[in-house]
Amino acid sequence: MAVKSNLINMVLVLGLTCLFCSAVLGGAYVLTKEPIEQAAAEKTNQAISKVLPHFTDVEYNEAGRYYKATDGDILVGYAIESTVVGFGGPLSLIVGITPDGVVYNTSVLSHAETPGLGAKCTSDARFMDQWRGFDPSVKTLAVKNDGGDVDAITASTITSRAYTLAVENALNVFNELEGGQNNE
Amino acid sequence: MSKFKLITDGLIKNNPTFVLLLGMCPTLATTTSAINGLSMGLATLFVLVLSNMAISAIAPVVPDKVHIPVYIVVIATFVTLLELLMKAYTPAIYEALGLFIPLIVVNCIVLGRAEAFAGKNGVLSSAFDGIGVGLGFTCSLTVLGLVREILGSGSMFGWNFIGGNDGMLAFVMAPGAFLCLGYLMVLFNKFLKK
Repeated sequence: MAVKSNLINMVLVLGLTCLFCSAVLGGAYVLTKEPIEQAAAEKTNQAISKVLPHFTDVEYNEAGRYYKATDGDILVGYAIESTVVGFGGPLSLIVGITPDGVVYNTSVLSHAETPGLGAKCTSDARFMDQWRGFDPSVKTLAVKNDGGDVDAITASTITSRAYTLAVENALNVFNELEGGQNNE
Repeated sequence: MSKFKLITDGLIKNNPTFVLLLGMCPTLATTTSAINGLSMGLATLFVLVLSNMAISAIAPVVPDKVHIPVYIVVIATFVTLLELLMKAYTPAIYEALGLFIPLIVVNCIVLGRAEAFAGKNGVLSSAFDGIGVGLGFTCSLTVLGLVREILGSGSMFGWNFIGGNDGMLAFVMAPGAFLCLGYLMVLFNKFLKK
């Protein structure tokens, strides 16, 4: 069967195998680098276009974790990433807010909620649609159990609260941005 | 042994999931729907066939004492290759399977076939063995995923037939995975014994 082992052939075979394999992987990395970046960029673009009206350019601000979307010279709105602790782990949203301070739409980037319960925050139409055009100056940002205007997902109040908090955090980021600009 | 028998052996007599009980971790974790089960199975099939072929080709010159590390390096290379390709061309599936793609490296089916078969047989036989066992794994995972999807979310391959989200939730979660796997195993072995 296999060759009898001695120091030289062990080092040689293992070394050559590693060398060859790393060469193959290096090549594959170079070849797939561009498609991977494209796929990631497309995913972000799709997420932003879901939560904001038509735009032509986006600019990412890494410190504030938000995207500033513009159509020519006109500011379309901000797509703000917001992560809170949900029921099963981190719940990450992207919240689109138009310059008048109204939530245009929200979308879940990643979550670890219970399948069939909290995970409905990505599929329950009644819950998701209420964020479209949510105006915090008219409605109270809290679930109905807590005296607000947000319809919670049935049997998933904790997830709904986390979602609401994530939107609130995004609105705070937006207010800071707008406040900062008004002071200039 | 005929090539055809190698494939049917992998599918039935040596079925990795229902007979050998190998690779239970991805089996239980990724079969929340038929599509997820199918993609995980195909990913494993890809690695299994290529690593079986590569290992059977280099086995005659690999010294006995380092054969496991050499096999693992070869397997890890194919898994990383698969990971890069999936990230680039099927990002949605990659995201659904997540951590379980890199974990194919330590999937005992892959190293098990390398040890038990590819190390002692020719390239062509090893390829067919990989196809057989890989198909066995793929079919088992798809069936398990399908059963869990029907019971848990009332849909088949993403096509919802009950209208709404009112399946039996337990089957999408971990306890349902164990229950379904157990009953499918009983059924499979009952028909196998006949």
